[in-house]
Amino acid sequence: MLHEILFLFFAAICVGGAINLVLQRHPINSALSLVVVMVSLAALYLLLGAEFVGAVQVIVYAGAIMVLFVFVIMLLNAGAEEQSQGSRIALLIGGPGVALLAGAIMWLVTHSDKTIGNVVVGSMVSTTGGDNTHQVARLLFKDFLLPFEVTSILILIAIMGAVVLASRKES
Amino acid sequence: MVPLSWYLILSAILFCLGVSAFLLKRNIITIFMSIELMLNAVNLSFVAFANHLGKLSGHVFVFFVMVVAAAEAAVGLAIIIAVFRTRETLNVDRVNLLKL
Amino acid sequence: MTEDLRLWLIPLLPLIGAAVNGLFGRRFKNRVVSAVALLFTAASFAKAVQAVLLAPHIGTGLPYQRMLPFNWLDAGTLHVPFGFYLDQLSSIMVLVVTGVGFLIHIYAVGYMAHEGGYYRFFAYLNLFMFFMLTLVLANNYLLMFVGWEGVGLASYLLIGFYFNKDSAANAGKKAFIVNRIGDFAFLLGMFLVIQKFGSLNFTAIFGLLKDVPAEAGWGLLTIIALLFLFGATGKSAQIPLYVWLPDAMEGPTPVSALIHAATMVTAGIYMIARSSAIFSRAPHALEVVAIIGGLTAIFAATMGLAQNDIKRVLAYSTVSQLGYMVMACGVAAYAAGIFHLMTHAFFKALLFLGAGSVIHAVGGEQDMRHMGGLRTKIPVTFWVMTIATFTIAGVPPLAGFFSKDEILWQTWNNSPALWVVGFITAGLTSFYMFRLWFMTFFGELRLKSHGHDSAHGHGSDHSDGVHESPWIMLAPLVVLAVLSIFGGLVGIPEALGGHNEIHHYLEPAITAPLAETRAGMAMEAAEHAGSTELAFAGLSVAVAALGFLMAWFFYYKRPELPQKVTAKINGLYLLVLNKYYVDEGYDRLLVKPLLWVSRHVLWLVVDQKLIDGAVNGAGGASQAVGGQLRRMQSGNLRSYAAWVAAGAAAVVAFMIWRGVHQ
Repeated sequence: MLHEILFLFFAAICVGGAINLVLQRHPINSALSLVVVMVSLAALYLLLGAEFVGAVQVIVYAGAIMVLFVFVIMLLNAGAEEQSQGSRIALLIGGPGVALLAGAIMWLVTHSDKTIGNVVVGSMVSTTGGDNTHQVARLLFKDFLLPFEVTSILILIAIMGAVVLASRKES
Repeated sequence: MVPLSWYLILSAILFCLGVSAFLLKRNIITIFMSIELMLNAVNLSFVAFANHLGKLSGHVFVFFVMVVAAAEAAVGLAIIIAVFRTRETLNVDRVNLLKL
Repeated sequence: MTEDLRLWLIPLLPLIGAAVNGLFGRRFKNRVVSAVALLFTAASFAKAVQAVLLAPHIGTGLPYQRMLPFNWLDAGTLHVPFGFYLDQLSSIMVLVVTGVGFLIHIYAVGYMAHEGGYYRFFAYLNLFMFFMLTLVLANNYLLMFVGWEGVGLASYLLIGFYFNKDSAANAGKKAFIVNRIGDFAFLLGMFLVIQKFGSLNFTAIFGLLKDVPAEAGWGLLTIIALLFLFGATGKSAQIPLYVWLPDAMEGPTPVSALIHAATMVTAGIYMIARSSAIFSRAPHALEVVAIIGGLTAIFAATMGLAQNDIKRVLAYSTVSQLGYMVMACGVAAYAAGIFHLMTHAFFKALLFLGAGSVIHAVGGEQDMRHMGGLRTKIPVTFWVMTIATFTIAGVPPLAGFFSKDEILWQTWNNSPALWVVGFITAGLTSFYMFRLWFMTFFGELRLKSHGHDSAHGHGSDHSDGVHESPWIMLAPLVVLAVLSIFGGLVGIPEALGGHNEIHHYLEPAITAPLAETRAGMAMEAAEHAGSTELAFAGLSVAVAALGFLMAWFFYYKRPELPQKVTAKINGLYLLVLNKYYVDEGYDRLLVKPLLWVSRHVLWLVVDQKLIDGAVNGAGGASQAVGGQLRRMQSGNLRSYAAWVAAGAAAVVAFMIWRGVHQ
């Protein structure tokens, strides 16, 4: 019971923030609503027993990436969106496309509702192996070591690329 | 008990809202943010399945998604800055030098 | 012993000659070209003689048949070999073709000595020999058809030899096209033969027909026979497809002699005789054959009366004599038809070559009104032409008398009406041939002052222009004259004291008409009426004499009379002179509508609108579709996003659908 209420509460906040992102005209408002979405998602992760992921979501995603977005908005002094021509195709094809996608996924999910089953609330703790962070770390550094190393190189390249692209040209 | 399908439906709704924002907004940065929204929706679905199936590799995958999203956001914003410098606008419709 | 006679050498040797002359002849001197041509033709003749002499002693005698080890066509149950067939009928034909062909080759060496394109002429001539020999030696209809078409091709090439002249080029085209119409009928006949007999080989077909009785009505055999007949009318210049032969006189004279007198035009008669098994069992078809033959004979003879060009007279005479041969086949006297074919080859070739000699003598003039009195000036030519003229008129004991008389006698027993037609034609033949004789050789020389014609191309270095031909041209004439005199002796009928050797010789090769048909009964009656035969022979001589007397009267005694007579019957005269306006009729009825349809329907509508339209339409459609697809690459980022979203949705939907329907 409580589980459902909590889920519905945080889900409503998520959806509300997302809708607000679509509807707002000034990009800073959109950015801040996105932050709201992310934090409520972190709460949902905690509900699902993903403590490590929830923490990382708040620290990295909401705390670093969104801050980067806000900095860039301030740097570029982006104003409210102007009304411009826009693409008719985007509405014509995109609108139905999105609706189709949403409808399809939802139909599929409800169709196989019975076979999927329920979610367990709370931490997925096994008696051995320590808590969630311990287990995630064990997976990360043992079974998924190679992807881990590769992503670290990826970040390195991204840093270099961002520095090069955004630097002011020596004129 | 919360059925897993609820989480998946929530994930779908968030994803579709991200797509519609991607299609409807004209500001490049806002479009970028909608991409992040889509990624988050997918993350939610991963975690939900990880909980349901009892496998922690879902969490690991979410971790990697976040790492890649960070890298992508950094590079993408750098590109936006570069584009802003030449086109003087953040309106995506003005970035149309490839148009016939 | 079953030794191989290598019959395939007989057509192959002239083909090699044609290839050598055609490919390399341009660089050869005239002497080399003629040597090559004559050598291969003579070799072919020698081989033919050897084959004819040896074949009866090989194995089971005639018919001698050999096939090359590989087939031409193997299509389901139809097998068409490269087969060569030598029986009595093809023996006669092959000897006539190679022998007379060789003589004409010799003549042509002299006649064409000053012409351009010498090597081309002999290449074509040898090519013609190749095709004609394939035609007569083939053992199945399809190989015969190859020869059939090939001689049409050679005829086109040779008629249009002087291709710079419009009239010659048009005549060549006309000959080929009219022939093709007949060939189409021949092809249809062959298709029906395949359907009924499952094979095109002579021995197979005739074997299957062995015990088949004659058809009572208009059955399949009759239709096949009629189609074959129509094909023969094209090749042998009968009604309705004779119109190309007079125009074919545009070609050089040796061509007229070889192709349009002695050999190619006889292909139709050969084909009918070869198919005697079919024709004898289709009495209705035989009637049609006889009627066509008779009508053509008299029709062409009337046209020959009014012509003034010496070669045209001979052309119509050829059509008329071919009519006799077809009529003979029509009354199922195939042997008589072949006999007349042989004698006609001799005397008609002689007439044409002699006419060529005359034309050569007067420097290219072909109009008889401008000849005359040549008897003393070109004596050798005169004497051989005299022999030929008497032969064609049917004066005994020359060859033409026996063959023509045999035909008339057989026709009387079958159909007295047709006999009357043949009888009158004989009289007309005698008249116009002697007319030609008197106008050309008697009276006074009426040469025009400028008698040199490009058709001959001879130099103008003779005192009065009239000179005898060189010996190379006269020698073949003499040989042909001898053959014309003695050639008839193989067919003297019993009634006149002979043994009709040629009839008995040909008997195994030809299916006699079945006893129950009308033709069969007529033949029976003919066997037993010896004295009547004598009487009819006398009648034939009488009508020939009548023709001589009339010609003598009109063209020697009182040469001014013809003008007055034609003035009195001007309308009729013009009608005959213009060949009854048949060509104009064909033009208006057939040619012009066909051209109109080709232009307005096939070209403007089908070709331009439909076919070009389809092709251009395909291009246009591609462009249109491309134009629409181009919108996907608009340079507009948001439309790209939209397409991506739509694509993703489609893929997801598809996957879901597949997942649900597993």
